[in-house]
Amino acid sequence: MNEAQNIQEIKESTRIRKPILEIKDLRKSFGNNHVLNGFNLQLFEGENLVIMGKSGSGKSVMIKCLVGLMQADSGSIKVMGNDINTLNEHDLNELRTEIGFLFQGSALYDSMTVRENLEFPLRRHKHKFGIVKEKTPLVIEALESVGLVDAIDLMPAELSGGMQRRVALARTLILKPKIILYDEPTSGLDPITAKEIIELMRRIQREYKTSSLIITHDVDCARVVSERMVLLVDGINYAEGTFETLKNSNDEKVKAFFK
Amino acid sequence: MLKSIQIESFFIEIGELTYFARRFFKELFKKPFEFNELLKLCYSIGNKSFLLVGITGFIIGLVITLQTRPTLEEFGAESWMPSMVSISIIREIGPVIIALTFAGRIASGIGAELGSMRVTEQIDAMEVSGTNPFKFLVVTRILATTLMLPLLVIYGDAIALYGSYIVENLKGEVSFQLYFNKVFNAIEFGDIIPATIKTFFFGFAIGLVGCFKGYNCKKGTVGVGLAANSAVVFSSMLLFIIDFVAVFITDIFFEI
Repeated sequence: MNEAQNIQEIKESTRIRKPILEIKDLRKSFGNNHVLNGFNLQLFEGENLVIMGKSGSGKSVMIKCLVGLMQADSGSIKVMGNDINTLNEHDLNELRTEIGFLFQGSALYDSMTVRENLEFPLRRHKHKFGIVKEKTPLVIEALESVGLVDAIDLMPAELSGGMQRRVALARTLILKPKIILYDEPTSGLDPITAKEIIELMRRIQREYKTSSLIITHDVDCARVVSERMVLLVDGINYAEGTFETLKNSNDEKVKAFFK
Repeated sequence: MLKSIQIESFFIEIGELTYFARRFFKELFKKPFEFNELLKLCYSIGNKSFLLVGITGFIIGLVITLQTRPTLEEFGAESWMPSMVSISIIREIGPVIIALTFAGRIASGIGAELGSMRVTEQIDAMEVSGTNPFKFLVVTRILATTLMLPLLVIYGDAIALYGSYIVENLKGEVSFQLYFNKVFNAIEFGDIIPATIKTFFFGFAIGLVGCFKGYNCKKGTVGVGLAANSAVVFSSMLLFIIDFVAVFITDIFFEI
């Protein structure tokens, strides 16, 4: 399949959908280390987009710039039409309720129970659901979606790695975001648990109708969840296409990802 | 060369700490106020240090009295013991030693706790959930240490005086009533008020440094240990500087 066909294929798959997230010419350097060198990206409504890149290629930097955890040197990031670099603190926090973020190490608050972990994002955003005091139904609903209602009163230290990842996913879902960013969702998990997490991600995407941006090294994860893939090499989007297209590419740098 | 780099990094750190303190005052008056978290922290910080401060205070009282008594006896001035011990404990030794003990326990705890939250991305997770982690984690902790240390110092001073009384009672057969009568005759508001005011600053410094070191912790798990360690060293050093300034100011207003 040549490049023209590849571009045509992408255009077809995204033809009727609007971009919910847009990155243009994103640049970020740490001293002389130029991590992102004009990265561009569009994520469409309801799409599952996978970004693959070597360690240190800037995937995590890019995803942190997306939610305002890191300031890019230049370029624009538009989330649901809002340029995050121009938003004030209040508006940025409001926008963040529409973006779920699953951290690589789960990042559960270890001094709080699972219930408190899930209630935490609701503290400042109760208005989103019109609730006054009762948070438990929302917590239970989120835990049900990851199959961990029984763990509601456990501490994170009492959970296995896979369970922690599922609780973190439930915490991500509690604000019912429109976009979910996954930072290495299967890293550090055994193959069986990793498969369960991948399956869960697919189910959540179907049930919650979210758009997902998934950063991963895991080829199996990319194969199962991706509708479209972007390969991040030397700080730019080096190649783009479906999993099959990229897998069958003749480019040496692209092939290296699938060996 | 190395020394100039160290001096430069020291001043950079002072600058960053000042900026951190400025952010604290800015966030302090912003809504929402985290009252529940503050109460929880006041309880845990006060409760955690209660026994330690009590034991420290008791030993301070015992040791000062035991060490000083022979000298006063030489001059036949042992009747001055309650007033001398009470003034030195309330003005200086009590606040400083208890604050140092508090720094060892609380500043390192805060440094390690926030540091580990930083390296495991828990602080980032709070931020992306639309909650202000500075307000929730830092402002509440600094307030809790600022409010709790004065109470602990008052409690520690009282225990220290009681320890001193025990020695006096055993060695000089002084009654409880006589001992504390002499204590209260000797101390004035000029001894209590400046000493209490400076403990608020001690508490603030301990909370500020602990939070600063933990919140800005870097370099993975090694950084957590470093944050805890440097929080104690830096806050202890700051305590002596604040103490010097406090004594200097007290001297102007109360003529020690």
